[in-house]
Amino acid sequence: MTTWRAATVASTARLTSTARSIVLDVPGWQGNLAGQHLDLRLTAEDGYQAVRSYSIASVGPGQLVELGVDKVVDGEVSPYLVDEVRAGDQLEIRGPLGGWFVWRPADVGPVQLVAGGSGIVPLAAMIRARRTSSSVAPFRLLYSARTPDDVLFAPELDNAGDVEITFAYTRRAPDGFARKPKRLDRTDLAELTLPPADDLTVFVCGPTGFVEAVADGLVSLGHDPARVKTERFGGA
Amino acid sequence: MPAHVDGNALAGPMSELFAFDVTVATAVCGSCGDNAHMGQAMVYVSAMGHVARCRSCGDVLMVLVETPNGTMLNVRGLTGLRIAPTG
Ligand SMILES: Cc1cc2nc3c(=O)[nH]c(=O)nc-3n(C[C@H](O)[C@H](O)[C@H](O)COP(=O)(O)OP(=O)(O)OC[C@H]3O[C@@H](n4cnc5c(N)ncnc54)[C@H](O)[C@@H]3O)c2cc1C
Ligand SMILES: [Zn+2]
Repeated sequence: MTTWRAATVASTARLTSTARSIVLDVPGWQGNLAGQHLDLRLTAEDGYQAVRSYSIASVGPGQLVELGVDKVVDGEVSPYLVDEVRAGDQLEIRGPLGGWFVWRPADVGPVQLVAGGSGIVPLAAMIRARRTSSSVAPFRLLYSARTPDDVLFAPELDNAGDVEITFAYTRRAPDGFARKPKRLDRTDLAELTLPPADDLTVFVCGPTGFVEAVADGLVSLGHDPARVKTERFGGA
Repeated sequence: MPAHVDGNALAGPMSELFAFDVTVATAVCGSCGDNAHMGQAMVYVSAMGHVARCRSCGDVLMVLVETPNGTMLNVRGLTGLRIAPTG
């Protein structure tokens, strides 16, 4: 069983104008699988508590656990995590959690990752796990972001070796980028992702509306719904 | 209807109660008989608690309410829950 335990903010780093990497020091952390999340609990001085789930970006040994949080402007918890929390601050977490939306280095089949916005966080963990385990499973990532400035973990993704990465933008694309800014549609999915196959696993993560549209599109292209794993972050 | 998340979000509150991972347990819907991992259910999270609904027919599978005085778990919408062996 898992319950709340103390964590200390070890460091923070800005990822984009709205997102931040937060590294927590969690004594006794036993590691985690790529794709798992944790629950984070904040307690106000008057005792009021708020709980939110955050995917884990890090994998591997040690007691440092990295999160990637994007700010929901009118949100209760994320503006605090992105703009206010500082090294040395204490909070509570429970985890690692979940064994459904995970990739294990022993899984040898091809993998298609589809991220929307901060939905890259657990998928980045999968790319990290693939690298640290020297897995040769074919990996492909389709990452939809608002603009090139809104890409989380950009330097790391630029050096992701033989992971085939395609970016798509919804608001503004770089100069000379062929695809015009728009949401991912069925044609994009047909052109930019791996075709259905018996041994293929697809992981889709991002805001609920994004995940819904992508998962429906993939199933309409012939993917087995049981092999399209989803992690909805909430929101529209 | 407010936006939902996946059954993955049940992992934390359920892990306070049980040793098994609820997201890989297979739930049989009492209304339509659909078989799915709980990780595939639609979960509505609010300050009141978590409501898990069948991905297929939308009926309630499970309600979980955490309060300072304990946790209320209602599984009336499930015909069964198959718990995968650990390891
Ligand atoms: C399993 C899981 C993993 C998650 N992992 C991450 C992660 O790695 N990084 C991350 O940044 N977030 C992640 N989230 C989302 C996160 O849990 C919070 O929902 C998010 O940070 C907003 O919380 P808040 O308190 O700021 O907003 P709230 O006060 O809860 O909500 C304010 C308003 O924003 C809307 N809203 C809520 N969530 C979102 C959202 N994700 N996008 C857009 N609008 C939203 C609400 O409907 C509401 O109208 C994850 C969610 C789940 C279920
Ligand atoms: Zn049903």
